[in-house]
Amino acid sequence: MSIFVDDDTRVVVQGITGGEGKFHTRQMVEYGTNVVAGTSPGKGGQDVDGIPVYDTVEEAVDEEDANASVVFVPPAFAADAIFEALDTDLDLVVAITEGVPTQDMAKVNKRLSETDTRLIGPNCPGIITPGESKLGILPGNIFEEGNVGLVSRSGTLTYQVVSNLTERGIGQTTAIGIGGDPIIGTSFVDALEAFENDPDTHAVVMCGEIGGEDEEQAAKFIAENMDTPVAGFIAGRTAPPGKRMGHAGAIVSGSGTGTAESKISALNDAGVPVGDTPNEVADHIEDFL
Amino acid sequence: MVMKLHEYQAKDIFAEAGIPVPESRLASSVEEVMEAVEEIGYPAAIKAQVHVGGRGKAGGIKIATNEDEARQAAEDILGMDLKGYTVDRVLVEAGVDFENELYVGVTMDRSEGKPVAMVSTEGGVNIEEVAEENPDAIAREHIDPAFGLHPYQARKVVFEAGIPRDVAFDVASFLTTLYDLYESNDASDIEINPVMITSDRDIVAADAVMNIDDDALFRHDDLAAMEEDAYENDLEAKAGEYGFDYVRLSGNVGIIGNGAGLVMTTLDLVDYFGGEPANFLDIGGGAKAERVANALDMVFSDENVDSVVFNIFGGITRGDEVAKGINEALESFDEIPKPVVVRLAGTNAEEGMEILNTDLVQVEGTLEDAVQRAVKNAQEVSQ
Repeated sequence: MSIFVDDDTRVVVQGITGGEGKFHTRQMVEYGTNVVAGTSPGKGGQDVDGIPVYDTVEEAVDEEDANASVVFVPPAFAADAIFEALDTDLDLVVAITEGVPTQDMAKVNKRLSETDTRLIGPNCPGIITPGESKLGILPGNIFEEGNVGLVSRSGTLTYQVVSNLTERGIGQTTAIGIGGDPIIGTSFVDALEAFENDPDTHAVVMCGEIGGEDEEQAAKFIAENMDTPVAGFIAGRTAPPGKRMGHAGAIVSGSGTGTAESKISALNDAGVPVGDTPNEVADHIEDFL
Repeated sequence: MVMKLHEYQAKDIFAEAGIPVPESRLASSVEEVMEAVEEIGYPAAIKAQVHVGGRGKAGGIKIATNEDEARQAAEDILGMDLKGYTVDRVLVEAGVDFENELYVGVTMDRSEGKPVAMVSTEGGVNIEEVAEENPDAIAREHIDPAFGLHPYQARKVVFEAGIPRDVAFDVASFLTTLYDLYESNDASDIEINPVMITSDRDIVAADAVMNIDDDALFRHDDLAAMEEDAYENDLEAKAGEYGFDYVRLSGNVGIIGNGAGLVMTTLDLVDYFGGEPANFLDIGGGAKAERVANALDMVFSDENVDSVVFNIFGGITRGDEVAKGINEALESFDEIPKPVVVRLAGTNAEEGMEILNTDLVQVEGTLEDAVQRAVKNAQEVSQ
């Protein structure tokens, strides 16, 4: 088993004719993802490597039975692309785009709450169920099939931790990058809940970072609702207050909320060991299995 | 990230939207200040226009009740260094005879994913302190971004805050206008502290903080034109030119990596292994050789840096491109300025390792080993 994506996921790539869209579509297909369609307004009727291109997501759903989309649309048009995807009742929308205006995301967030669709991102590397399907830009070759779930706010940090696991022969059920923006679709809690309900996930890695309160909420959820063991990592212990560390959401506010200390102690209080290094996280996971 | 507006810029936007602001003039010399006070009269406030908080406490705001005080204030403030910024403009503003000071603001509540309006009778003081010590003194109302702030919500939050009843409706409509400005300008936050209630029971925005979501500047040419280079140091200015996410810190281990989370982790590990990080530098995804060389140039430009660690985990970034960039940058030196430790993993890491000129750099296979070696290098150099 796995969460959110598997062999049955039929993907439409929004923005398939753009540079990034085209490149990562090839990578996804190479990995084994079932990419059934792409969209690019005005380019309906063309194809990309034999994948049919439509003007609208609705056509892609009607004609090719797509049930998930990956958004590679530039920031100015990303919210519109997500709205379009939400209006077709897809099961899953993965938004890779970085730099979507925050107020656009607030409106998307409102619409999202009225649908049954799951949104992952934006500003995220996507999601992968090793051996089955990947939606996004994660490098497939570092993942391996196995029993550990992984959820992270950062892309490259995910790769680091995954490689620490894979090197030890510890594979993954599903890995999700939820994104580094202040307003995102799928939260830590959403992902943790899904992993808890997945019988094949025997342990979970959660990689958080400074800013916001999502990690604190996750800690509360773990303490109250999870039997599956969780090990954590928090990036940004050395981040000075008031400075944005790369991600739009990664900032310790002037009043001291969103600090690494607060998140680490919340996780420890919930019984979650937090590694000082990514490799130590893998140690904890090895102990659990 | 946000783009900060100066007080005078925000007040221009407010005034245009019908929000009352005190009469004012912008001045950049003592003579201009004196001309301005002549027109405006006394008392007048002379306020530094720089992008720092707590201007008043730092001596950037003075009240003048006569010509001598105005001249003195202008001489003191113009040209002064305010937390690293040189003051080159002041706002000369008519003093307001007030009875009450309120706080009114709109910001994004990220945990709810919704904007929130905030109103308090505790204006004129540090609102973050009020939030901490007496959170009930701030009334809050979440806003559905699809509909905007309903008039009833504006009234509700104003009554809840205990705003005097004779001005409650005026403050509510003031808040409604503020939310419209927040939305139409893609602000990340707007804060007016204080809003003054005058002896005539009129409302005046005495201060103005307005920050814009810079991801939205593409659709606000008027605001984008107001953007100024406001860097705390030359290095951050240089990073701005190169287009890097960069933050300077106080240590001596220079750090370059890809992806915010992994770069933060590299900083944390430098600290964990007993070193002190000199900076955060994210080259972003898919960096080509030139960008890699620019990153090295950035870090070498920091005189505090004694050693460098280059940590790349390639997803869309390719190890061979990174190696090419490192070679190009280092081969241009007769002598490598500081020892550089490189760790490449992920996409095309093996190709990168073959290309990398190992006479010029030290190579490590894991993140931990790379950081420990860089920390050791820094300690040796600084001794």
